[in-house]
Amino acid sequence: MKALVLERNLPRFAASRVASLLGSGRGAGIGPLQLLDAGAPERPGDDWYPLRPLLSGICGSDLATVDGRTSRYFEDMVSFPFVPGHEVVGVLDEGGVDFAGRALAAGTRAVIEPVLGCAPRHIHPVCVQCGSGHTGLCGNLAFGILEPGLQTGFCTDTGGGWSTAPLMAHASQLHAVPDALSDEDAVMIEPTACAVHAALSAHVAEGDLVAVVGAGTLGLTTVAALHHVVRPTGPCTIVVGAKHPRQRELATSLGADHVVPPDQLARAVRRQAGSLVLAGRLTEGADVVFDCVGSAASIAEALSLVRPRGKVVLVGMPAKVTVDLAPLWHRELTLVGAYAYGNETAAEPGAPDRRSFELATDLVGTASLGRLVSALYPLERYEEALAHAGAAGRRGAVKVAFDLRNPKGRTR
Amino acid sequence: MSPRPGFVLDVDSSTPPTLFWHGERFSLEKLPEGSRVIYAPEPIDPLSDPQAAIRHALTHPEGDQDPLPALLFPGMRLTIAFDDISLPLPPMERPDIRQLVMEQVLDMAAEAGVDDVELIVALALHRRMTEPELRHAVGDRIYDAFAPNGLLTQHDAEDATNLIHLGQTDQGEDVEINKRAAESDLLVYVNINLVAMDGGHKSVATGLASYKSLRHHHNPETMRKSKSFMDQHKSELHSANWRMGRLIRDAGVKVFQIETTLNNDTFPGAFQFLQKREWEWKAKDRLAYVGAAAALNRVPARHARKIFHSVKAPHRMTSVQAGEVEAVHTKTTANVWEQQGVVVQGQTDILTMGLPYISPYNVNSILNPILVACLGLGYFFNLYRGKPLVREGGVLIMTHPTRWEFNPVHHPSYIDFFEQVLSQTTDPNVMSEQFEEGFATDPWYIHLYRTGHAYHGVHPFYMWYWCAHALQHLGAVIIVGGDPKAVHRLGFRSASTLADALEMARDVVGTSPTLTHLHTPPILMADVQ
Repeated sequence: MKALVLERNLPRFAASRVASLLGSGRGAGIGPLQLLDAGAPERPGDDWYPLRPLLSGICGSDLATVDGRTSRYFEDMVSFPFVPGHEVVGVLDEGGVDFAGRALAAGTRAVIEPVLGCAPRHIHPVCVQCGSGHTGLCGNLAFGILEPGLQTGFCTDTGGGWSTAPLMAHASQLHAVPDALSDEDAVMIEPTACAVHAALSAHVAEGDLVAVVGAGTLGLTTVAALHHVVRPTGPCTIVVGAKHPRQRELATSLGADHVVPPDQLARAVRRQAGSLVLAGRLTEGADVVFDCVGSAASIAEALSLVRPRGKVVLVGMPAKVTVDLAPLWHRELTLVGAYAYGNETAAEPGAPDRRSFELATDLVGTASLGRLVSALYPLERYEEALAHAGAAGRRGAVKVAFDLRNPKGRTR
Repeated sequence: MSPRPGFVLDVDSSTPPTLFWHGERFSLEKLPEGSRVIYAPEPIDPLSDPQAAIRHALTHPEGDQDPLPALLFPGMRLTIAFDDISLPLPPMERPDIRQLVMEQVLDMAAEAGVDDVELIVALALHRRMTEPELRHAVGDRIYDAFAPNGLLTQHDAEDATNLIHLGQTDQGEDVEINKRAAESDLLVYVNINLVAMDGGHKSVATGLASYKSLRHHHNPETMRKSKSFMDQHKSELHSANWRMGRLIRDAGVKVFQIETTLNNDTFPGAFQFLQKREWEWKAKDRLAYVGAAAALNRVPARHARKIFHSVKAPHRMTSVQAGEVEAVHTKTTANVWEQQGVVVQGQTDILTMGLPYISPYNVNSILNPILVACLGLGYFFNLYRGKPLVREGGVLIMTHPTRWEFNPVHHPSYIDFFEQVLSQTTDPNVMSEQFEEGFATDPWYIHLYRTGHAYHGVHPFYMWYWCAHALQHLGAVIIVGGDPKAVHRLGFRSASTLADALEMARDVVGTSPTLTHLHTPPILMADVQ
């Protein structure tokens, strides 16, 4: 069995960072990532189960890690060497137990909710955040029985999805995949859960104007979440800035009302808001802006698009950026992050909370999000895969994933 | 030697290549044998003494109207409204014809002891003129006497406090115009009649109106029923303006109309070859062409544009008539036709035209793709009386670079129209129903129109509506040498060369089509028999 292993090797990180100037993912061959023989990691405990990956996606945060562009903020929340891959659908060859304590038979397909909070770490009592279901906000990411790691795919003890060997999944992480969903659908559940969490965290109100900056995987799944999860109780107008033609097609088909190239987004929002323009900013603007890119430029743009007292939600993972916060102060804006997933409060009074993953599982089926998986690669071709993922939009792709089912070559 | 009339050339093997405009550049194209080329008449002789002609017109008015001096009295309110930057094209060498006329009107007003005089640019929903443009139009003396005191203003179609609703026509059309103009004891309108569409009741009923009023005739249905709007008697656009003009008159607004016509001496000195017939080019014309074409091809488009927008036309006044609106306009129209009319026998399968750098709505600005469409389909296509030059189902081929480029100061709503509206529909009816009101009432566009130099938010719709008749009539529109993305956004076809375009056109009109080239500017009017 093989796995892509990322080691702490500063010269290789530096080389990868330089190579990434030619394009994200271009430094995979000279960076800290290596394809090695691998076996399953040891089971950290009885409530851990081996999950053999079928498909494992390449996320923007994975690319940032491989490129050496990740914020140093995360340095103490990872442990080397680790196998990346947190967007995983796999098979429980030995069965297991899911997040709700339900038994899962051997052969069950499952996805993992990769956050390594208190429960996987056997920390008792759990922290306040985990206790309230907001496991993404857990602060104990370096403690307990596991080495540091904010998620599976960043922790040396658990293994990760970029491997033909099983990873170890804690019961609290496991969600069975309905039979109706394909593997491609299932591998989209994790990013979709992030989008669902972001969309719901913004508390979009009826009649709101919502702008989405960026239309990669996160942007598109955010559009889908807004359309299918938010809109039924909060009808809103969705305007999307999408750079590439394929992204524009998908954004439209996923429910966006207006999809425009990025350089037209400000004008499109202005028209919808009936706003004036002052100092290059809208005097009114969108009620909520989702920044699904996370760059200095996208954050600045989001701040220029939002109305006074409006909300900017950072969905894409930012790093160290320089942004003029004068408008945030002057216009009393709310800039809020939306990381990972947790418990989502139901819109209907009295209805039980649901995990972001449960909502995402429904949404992936409803919106056929498996179609966002554009290319599958075997592990052996990881350099191509990462380069493809780094240039996904330009190459007409959305989600690029490793196919661990068929080691003989790219399946599509 | 008296000027020669317009001419229709039958192209044969000895015919030299024909000049095609291509925005800020031009080229020589070999047309297929058997094609026709329509040339404008040569510039007719100007008035030998324009000042005397103006004085005569003011003191010997047309129709049921007293001479101007008899209408002026101390204590009266006098308003002089005049055509804006859209006329003439290109802007004429100093002194502008408006200056000559207004100076005499103001002299008469001063002699009569009139001291409440205001000047208003009748710009309707066009952009406000800049100080240099105003100085060019009215002259420094008038500008310095009026502008600093706030007595030279630009009509503001969004200033509710300075609009007055005079009523509705029998067709239910609202007539709302500039209040100062309407409440004056006398409204003198100073016009330049560049084409047959201009002037008459349209001067006041359109130039000084609000959106509420304009929308009754600036709409797809009216434009489709104007065949063409260069022919007043077959133009629903004019019928509506005439109804409104008569209502304005009946409401007690006293209009003294002064209309002028110009000869078509369009290009000065080095560019004179542009208005000559190619087979009559002399060595210096050929040299001028080669030099100009080479130089323009070398410089960036923005520099070429700047060169052309600095060109001032040597137009000269050929007539001036004043008095009652309709009587004046009848004479004016005849004078326009005398200069521009060309008899053409029969229609053509393919009409070609080279589009220049300028239209009424981009003086000192960019001819953006919407204005390209309007210039070709709205203006040049409609330069006919009788029947369109091109048959129904025929093909229009235009040469122009058609860049995806806009002037954000002058045409902000055009950018949004191009991005939002044309990306969804090119159907004038659909856009009128779904988008027009939103653009017309957008507070940002209104702000820019009122305080900057922006065309009104609804203006790009009007440009597209001008095309409505042609869009309905034509089988295909092809732009040669344009940016394919921009051309396709317009709903037209894109070709790299004229030969390619002709090949594409044959797919629409058959393998042995007739072809006619409209050799303009200078402007001509085809009287299609």
